[in-house]
Amino acid sequence: MSNKSKIEQPHPRSNESSALPAGVTAPDFTLKSTPDQSVNLSDFRGQPVVLAFYPADWSPVCGDQMAFYNEILPEFQKLGAELFGISVDGAWCHTAFSRDRKLHFPLLADFEPKGEAARLYGVYREADGTTERALFVINGEGVIHWSYVSPVGVNPGADGILSALEELRNNNEPK
Amino acid sequence: MKNDPTNAASRSKLLLPRAKHDHIQGTIDAPIALVEYGDYECPYCGQAYPVIKAIQKRLGDRLCFAFRNFPLANSHPHAEHAAEAAEAAGAQGKFWEMHDLLYENQEALGDENLARYAQALGLDARRLMSEVLTGAHLARVREDFQSGARGGVNGTPSFFINGVRHDGAPSFEALLAALVR
Repeated sequence: MSNKSKIEQPHPRSNESSALPAGVTAPDFTLKSTPDQSVNLSDFRGQPVVLAFYPADWSPVCGDQMAFYNEILPEFQKLGAELFGISVDGAWCHTAFSRDRKLHFPLLADFEPKGEAARLYGVYREADGTTERALFVINGEGVIHWSYVSPVGVNPGADGILSALEELRNNNEPK
Repeated sequence: MKNDPTNAASRSKLLLPRAKHDHIQGTIDAPIALVEYGDYECPYCGQAYPVIKAIQKRLGDRLCFAFRNFPLANSHPHAEHAAEAAEAAGAQGKFWEMHDLLYENQEALGDENLARYAQALGLDARRLMSEVLTGAHLARVREDFQSGARGGVNGTPSFFINGVRHDGAPSFEALLAALVR
């Protein structure tokens, strides 16, 4: 291995991803949200859930995807959604990162067995030991409504998530 | 890109300068449109500020530049009031003067500083601060923010050239190359 970090390098392969597509049941998982608390995905049935897999805590400020979603969080909440960030960092690392960036949503530790949840969703990057920068919007029935894999170096923003959540809300409104 | 549910055409339109709504430098029908979503307290926006000035100088009347508010209020505690102060200055006819002063004084954006800048610009500082403190322009700032969130803003500054996000560096060379492409 060279000691040059591979994280955050542009990686033009979004169309080759094996990420689970829309229409597939979202695999359940239990991951730590703090050193002594866990989150089961299936506990959030009945509301939309956004999963944001990202390569690692502590990437540069301002362009940072999680800090960015922290700012957009009220827009997600208006659409009734629960947001989780997921990386292979451990719960203590997440705790420190979350405190530093003043995040108001949970970060889940896909730490042991490493990357197990990411593998279930088809977004583990074997060569790097991290996850893709991948987004999943899951509907209230636990089915993936939308998924997207961004080049690792490009923060995907929130527009795709917001559009998917609006679609879900419109689908649920009485015709 | 795959699975992108957004309507590219309507989204792109949202990201062009809008007459009467946006704060614009240059004419609305200039051939090149540059929209910035920015935060007055963001250091990267501060670095981009002189770059935009240089780009405007270089492109002259070929460029229409619009600035929209995207305050990252959790990361930057003064960003929202600064954005509202610029809008309040705009209500007195001096948006761009305040916009420039804020970027030239990023380290001093507390409310007392905002009042001082209003005075320095010859504005009614009392009115401006009252509008800031009562959130008179907050809806406008949030509207900009929401349009950015929907339009693909992914951090600050985010630039849109003729409606398309510029993912390259916000340097003079990279922006100019993308603008005249």
